[in-house]
Amino acid sequence: MRSRWLLLLLLAAIVVLALVPLGLQRYGTYILTLWLVTAVAALGVNLIVGYAGQETLAQAAFLGIGAYTTALLTQAGVPFGFAFLVSGLASFAVGLVIGFPALRVQKHYLAFVTLAFSVFVWLVFRNEEWLTGGVMGIMGIKRPVLAGISLRPALHFYWFVLAISTVLTFAMWWLLRSPWGRAFTALRENPIRAESLGIDVRRYTLLAFAIGSAYGGFAGSLYAPLVEFIDPAPFALGPSFLFLLMVVVGGAGSFFGPFIGAAVAVLLPEWLRFAQSYYLIIYALLVIVLMAFCPSGIAGLAARLASRLRKAPVPADAKPGRANLGAAAKPEARA
Amino acid sequence: MSTVLEVHDIHKSFGGVHAVNGVSFDVAEGEILGIIGPNGSGKSTLFNCILGQLALTAGSVRLDGRDVTGLRPSRLNRLGVSRTFQLLQIFPQLTVRENLILAGQEHRSTMLGRLFGARDAGLTEAAERMIAFFRLGHLADEPAGGLSYGQQKLLDAAMAFMAGPRLVLLDEPAGGVNPTMLGDLKERLQAINRESNATFVVIEHNMEFVMALCRRILVLVEGRLIAEGPPEAIRRDPRVIEAYLGN
Repeated sequence: MRSRWLLLLLLAAIVVLALVPLGLQRYGTYILTLWLVTAVAALGVNLIVGYAGQETLAQAAFLGIGAYTTALLTQAGVPFGFAFLVSGLASFAVGLVIGFPALRVQKHYLAFVTLAFSVFVWLVFRNEEWLTGGVMGIMGIKRPVLAGISLRPALHFYWFVLAISTVLTFAMWWLLRSPWGRAFTALRENPIRAESLGIDVRRYTLLAFAIGSAYGGFAGSLYAPLVEFIDPAPFALGPSFLFLLMVVVGGAGSFFGPFIGAAVAVLLPEWLRFAQSYYLIIYALLVIVLMAFCPSGIAGLAARLASRLRKAPVPADAKPGRANLGAAAKPEARA
Repeated sequence: MSTVLEVHDIHKSFGGVHAVNGVSFDVAEGEILGIIGPNGSGKSTLFNCILGQLALTAGSVRLDGRDVTGLRPSRLNRLGVSRTFQLLQIFPQLTVRENLILAGQEHRSTMLGRLFGARDAGLTEAAERMIAFFRLGHLADEPAGGLSYGQQKLLDAAMAFMAGPRLVLLDEPAGGVNPTMLGDLKERLQAINRESNATFVVIEHNMEFVMALCRRILVLVEGRLIAEGPPEAIRRDPRVIEAYLGN
């Protein structure tokens, strides 16, 4: 029942999202598109970190792999749809490889491994000029044409990204509600017990990394035609930290956490524009305060407020909210 | 009766410490075998060696005559070997029902079948039966982390039985369980043993419990088996008394 309501809510949200940019300028539409692209990559981080309990500081690198793959392929005349799939598949394959260290090392050691990978990929983007254009980047990335309709106008491209994000969001929803999702949660909560129950911890760990990274690749594939010019900067280590931060701020292990976290990361710089260089200081302070008082992130904060509101008027015999699989947060470990 | 498990000359050292030092025994189908021994005698290490959780220094393990030495625990589990843990190992944020479905899902279907198939992997009914059998009915939708210690212990056992295993290794099932629940647990274990002909190996410190449950008991001291026999004989064995009380 609960999931049916969520589904309806989700559909309503999509309709609202489709209509919002009609009242926005071109730049507002661009920011909204950027938010969706960022949220898709953050969905992947949430799978790896929030559900499967692993660590990754490499999502921006996968964003880059997707972006460069799509830029290079489309400029070579390959249709966008095909480039999009290749971007996802390439990130899936590389993510699978990045998962192997996770079978041996855990927690911050694993974070360091992914950090090293992130630096490595960034160096490839910057130094292999023959392929990536180095610091000059790749210019004039074309937005695709869909069934004769050009996606060049900001609004058209936004709708296109909204459609793809919706599909990817539902795919993630399906994945997390399937027995796979339960197995991923088991990795996070108790890998030794999981293994003793026949759950192949190695296979599921690799899959979590591969699928989560593929979401980074898909996001990158949308990012390239959105910004129309890519260089190595947005795929460096710093942005990878930001992706992790988004998931933690939004609420690790909460399904909608990445959307909230991405909104904070994309919109906050816009709102705090008046503060200029103080923006990062304000952002950092907000994060510190949030983590100190609510380690389960903004989604956790909202859930806490909702349950408090519900508790007051409802009679005493009402059941407390079921901790369902999708909403299982991971408070202490992420604190 | 055929032999389900053959443990042959198992050795396990951690640096210079020989935790398990040449242990061999067979377990017959349908048997409930007890393993007792003082703290630190290597009982849990022996379990972890049999189950592939630890790599053996030497020795072999056979299941139904097939060499399973060094197989990963998940592989062994899918071959029908299940276990419980000395320290509670449940999934605290999942509900009791979800814990049980998780315990059975990898025995159903294929990887792709589990991705695209039913969310409960067709295990809701089996989980309900297990919940009723272990009398956890009123707790089915509670997060497992909120259960009392004794209830979590029952859930831990229920999870081990979810996939209908042939062989179950129980590591101190009675530890920390109150006397009333203890009788319950014993009766549940005997019922499963009778009805499904599942084979049990039980590590236990509670002598009364293990002697009532098992027909045959092994005594492990400092990584070696020093005695074997029916409960009455073990109770009187001077070597066993010496090992427990010192000389």
